[in-house]
Amino acid sequence: MDGDEERGRCTGEGASDVDCMEAVRQLYVYLDGELTEERRLEISVHLDECGPCADAAGFEAELRAVISSRCKDRVPDSLIDRVAAAIAAEEARGPVAGQA
Amino acid sequence: MADRAQFADLAMEHMPALYSAALRMTRNAADAEDLVQETYLKAYRAFESFSAGTNLKAWLYRILTNTYINSYRAAKRRPEVSDVEDVEDLYLYHRLGPGDGTGRSAEDEALEGFTDEEVKGAIEALPDAFRIAVLLADVEGFSYKEIAEITDVPIGTVMSRIHRGRRALQKTLADFAQARGLVGAGPAASS
Repeated sequence: MDGDEERGRCTGEGASDVDCMEAVRQLYVYLDGELTEERRLEISVHLDECGPCADAAGFEAELRAVISSRCKDRVPDSLIDRVAAAIAAEEARGPVAGQA
Repeated sequence: MADRAQFADLAMEHMPALYSAALRMTRNAADAEDLVQETYLKAYRAFESFSAGTNLKAWLYRILTNTYINSYRAAKRRPEVSDVEDVEDLYLYHRLGPGDGTGRSAEDEALEGFTDEEVKGAIEALPDAFRIAVLLADVEGFSYKEIAEITDVPIGTVMSRIHRGRRALQKTLADFAQARGLVGAGPAASS
């Protein structure tokens, strides 16, 4: 496999009107699920036909999953307590309209 | 119209996500806690204006983001660049070396090797506008439209910030991968 040099270069012909440059350009919007159905299908067809672009798309999707999973934080119990207490204090002050 | 008595039941479950977002925004645990508490209080007070059945999470994030921008960003101690250098698409992907010859392993190694601290730090290194857009899109999974509503900017601006923010993020992540020896000499690296 020629590896890096083949990346982004479409080696096959296909039914898709979309070339590699276009697929890469639209890749984020595609992965975000924000393309129109028609455009989404065009990119999808290209990815089915083009190994290098499919590999790149797969990597970007995995990277997104990694970023999301690495950004978890444990909420300190003290914060949960603080917020609950603050809301309870607000509740005790009484509703905006209604009883004095 | 939403009922305040339901607020705790409905809103508290979002605290872990809001807290993480607050940490990324303020970059400081004490400020993040204050920001979360302030957000919940504001949300509680405004809850009657929330339309039950609509997107509570996005509504809470809007309060969080506005509070951050109005109260915390203004008080920031250090000056900050407001723009990112733009790099090409697939920046990180193209830079990962061939690995041990099977092609895939450098990518796997890179992805598996990124630590929580590195990813959080890379996001936190982004300027505000890009950081907020990327964390709303990639960590929280909001749509462009939801992000536009949360941040009160046009969708086109949202898209630009997300895409440029992601590329800037990749540049930082590429540095970490490079430190692990996973980066080839360049896009057309020979081996």
